[in-house]
Amino acid sequence: MRGFTYERAADVASACASVAQNSSARFIGGGTNLIDLMRAGVERPSHIVDISRLGLAEIAETPEGGLKIGAAALNSDVAADRRVRERYPLLSQALLAGASGQIRNKASVGGNLLQRTRCPYFYDTRMPCNKRSPGAGCAAFDGLNRMSAVLGASRSCIATHPSDMAVAMSALDAEVEIAGDGGKTRTLPIGDLHRLPGETPDIETNLRHGEMITAVVLPPPPAGRQIYRKVRDRASFAFALVSVAITLDATGGRIGAARIALGGVAPKPWRVARAEEIVSGQSAERMSFDAAADAVLEGAQGYGHNDFKIELARRTLLRTFETASQA
Amino acid sequence: MTVERLMDFGAVPETTRRDLLLAGGATAAAAAFPCGIAAVRAQVPMAAPEPVRISITVNSDAVELAVDPRMGLLDMLREELRLTGSKKGCDHGQCGACTVLLNGRRVNACLTLAVMHDGDDIRTIEGIGSPESLHPLQAAFIERDGYQCGYCTPGQICSALGMLEEAQAGWPSHASADVAAPEISLTDAEIRERMSGNICRCAAYPNILAAIRDVAPEA
Repeated sequence: MRGFTYERAADVASACASVAQNSSARFIGGGTNLIDLMRAGVERPSHIVDISRLGLAEIAETPEGGLKIGAAALNSDVAADRRVRERYPLLSQALLAGASGQIRNKASVGGNLLQRTRCPYFYDTRMPCNKRSPGAGCAAFDGLNRMSAVLGASRSCIATHPSDMAVAMSALDAEVEIAGDGGKTRTLPIGDLHRLPGETPDIETNLRHGEMITAVVLPPPPAGRQIYRKVRDRASFAFALVSVAITLDATGGRIGAARIALGGVAPKPWRVARAEEIVSGQSAERMSFDAAADAVLEGAQGYGHNDFKIELARRTLLRTFETASQA
Repeated sequence: MTVERLMDFGAVPETTRRDLLLAGGATAAAAAFPCGIAAVRAQVPMAAPEPVRISITVNSDAVELAVDPRMGLLDMLREELRLTGSKKGCDHGQCGACTVLLNGRRVNACLTLAVMHDGDDIRTIEGIGSPESLHPLQAAFIERDGYQCGYCTPGQICSALGMLEEAQAGWPSHASADVAAPEISLTDAEIRERMSGNICRCAAYPNILAAIRDVAPEA
């Protein structure tokens, strides 16, 4: 691992200032992804700023009837929180479908959102990767791309975003609170946090260097059922091939509102507004769900080894719709 | 026991150390010297960083030591404190052989830096029991033959102890049918899912499960 200097931040403002003034500085929260990347030589910060003890771990009610989850809250604490389990079971399910008990006890909410892809070519510094070394090329495009994206990818990069939690938060219409250098704060809908790769897969989010996620705000829970379904190579402790987060209000056999987000298939949680409009107001039956699946998967493209993901995503989506529409 | 230990960081030119301190330590210095860190890195890219002093409690003993910021918690336990019960398997958080209890919670010691744990409380397998006075879970692993080579066993036991606390607190898991249920029942499926962060290359899983079941509350 390359040498770096370590700083335990005293408060949010000084942490942001410290990172903002050094282009190779990084925040560290739980560190479960960053430290691994530093060992692999993928991340080479010269300075790391520890933000794990800034009092940002609280989970609190909002005046609107939602929950504000501090960015330093541990994945395990969020999954076990009684309010999350009762009002946002989708979020508990997604968190518990990810990683291991040990990792969930260390990984933070902010770090989970900002974790990097697990594309093997991104991790292997001997292989070309546009995300790691812009302009180097993409080894996954013609390589072993079984885990790669089928939606939202580009010629430059076909890596997926690995988070389960972010997929659930996307379906729950979460907002991300951000603090920046000079004490400025702003809020982004979670759908605007991550970027598609285009020609610049190295720029993964719309955060500026030195900006820090301080909280995720969940609006009041949507009506109806919430289900997270994850399909993976092992029964536990594996990244998603495909995952589906659905909230569905189908009382009386008619769909009032639905929200659909997919994981494991794209560079960010994949949510298609048109698919949700298509099922809204329809009867809760196979034909409506088929139409929604068509809309979600419109433009899907495989790269060889991952062609199966398109059909797998369709079947997982339909199965989850059916479960969610049963009383 | 109080361990006082300063690591030997090898020969680093004095000028380099001073520049690193200037560049990395004080905000004012860094602001006045905006390119300081990049410049120093370009000159001596592999220079060892300055050690950082931490105070940490390990198996109820207060320990003070100076650590290279790059040192993982696992390496600190094994190499500095000579507590070699915690094992290095994959060093990526995938196998669980390094599992320790951090402030009572199970974590992968390989995936965190020692420097981040000033003031924390760590419990390793050496603090769980001893050959003369085994913890009931250690006795159960022997009784049930919950290992072959034994390399993963310290991590399995630390992880299981943390897992049982989590279940006691009512935490759900991926194996729970309803995450909102007020209580969980530790079925075999629940134990297997909750222990998925610990791999056993000898595949002693049936016996590991039996050992944990022996000390777990009735399902």
